[in-house]
Amino acid sequence: MKVIARLLLSTLAVTLPAAAQERPYFVTYSHEMEEPGNLEIEMFNVVGKPPAANQFLGSNIEFEYGVRTWWTSEFYLDGQATVNDSTIFTGYRWENRFRPLLREHWINPVIYVEFENTSADKALREVVGHDGAPDFVEPNWLARQDKEREIETKLILGSNYRGWNISENIIAEKNLSNDPWEFGYAWAVSRPLKLAASAHKCAFCAERFQAGLEMYGGLGDRDSFGLNRTSHYVGPTVNWSAPNGTTLSFSPQFGLNDYSIPRLYRFGISYEIEQFLGIFLREGN
Amino acid sequence: MDRKLPLLLIPVVFCATLLFGTADGAWLAKVPPSDHEKTDPYQGRPDAIAAGRNIFEEHCAKCHGENAEGVKKRPSLRTARIQQQATEGDLHWLLVNGRMKKGMPSWAKLPDPQLWQLVSYLKSLHE
Repeated sequence: MKVIARLLLSTLAVTLPAAAQERPYFVTYSHEMEEPGNLEIEMFNVVGKPPAANQFLGSNIEFEYGVRTWWTSEFYLDGQATVNDSTIFTGYRWENRFRPLLREHWINPVIYVEFENTSADKALREVVGHDGAPDFVEPNWLARQDKEREIETKLILGSNYRGWNISENIIAEKNLSNDPWEFGYAWAVSRPLKLAASAHKCAFCAERFQAGLEMYGGLGDRDSFGLNRTSHYVGPTVNWSAPNGTTLSFSPQFGLNDYSIPRLYRFGISYEIEQFLGIFLREGN
Repeated sequence: MDRKLPLLLIPVVFCATLLFGTADGAWLAKVPPSDHEKTDPYQGRPDAIAAGRNIFEEHCAKCHGENAEGVKKRPSLRTARIQQQATEGDLHWLLVNGRMKKGMPSWAKLPDPQLWQLVSYLKSLHE
């Protein structure tokens, strides 16, 4: 225990934060990878009130590590709290993103593969198949009995043009039981409020704010592909990157049909540590 | 035996070529002419150099050193290759594309004006 405590203390003492340049997206992935050796700790939350169900808060804590310039790995712990019900741990996820083309192109593909083991999850990190407001009606004790062990794949396409980032995700998810493949989509655009950096150091300069628009939804499954009984959301999104490596994000999002939750409020905080393993290697020297 | 010697030399020469080809500086040959000829729109402007310095401190200093002198295996940016041989366009191309096989990430997520401000700062280091 003493060794662990010393390691944690030394980490906090010598941690060098990075000025993150995160996109203000909650569901959509851009093609940009974590810098190799950097560790980003993130917490994303969503608050919603489905019709005829209790208000909930869904949360992820994420640990994102840049393994290589072309490979980012991320581990999630998920939980949720529902009013008049309970607060529960809902499971974990492990995702890997691979960038096959090692130069910047007009459209940059990234391959995403994730394994998730969750139950009663309300974090809404993606919407696929026929996911919708009715899924949130069950009480937690009942929803927890439905274990979801899933493989999720995404084709991430991203472009940067004149300061704008345009990202599209095509999602295919398979429950490892006998459920059919489910499909979904997400896209987003964003831009810093100012493209050139200020000559003086500042925390609230316009270039530290990014604003954009995000939209996502389900596309049915292999047996019933299409928009019938699918939910869709759209909303503006904004973030602010502080000089010390902290990024705060916020997005109100709106359900586009009766099958969606009418409003979602998403907020997140992330903190990036540069050259995370180097801290321990330096300590050992 | 004499006949086998040239055959043995082939993999040796191949490996040597590969090693020299991927050594630092090889990226310069990969820069397309149109990028090579680009010039820094902020060239020599003190405000751009100051902004570039701030960007460097936030994103680059951890690997390349507080004063771009290089850290461990991460190269110095004060070398003749960067300061004299590489054009402003070459440096901009390197920032956009990175050298992903060598561990240098792409910085295309930074807007183009910030990349040019960074180039202004890097080119000011020789003074």
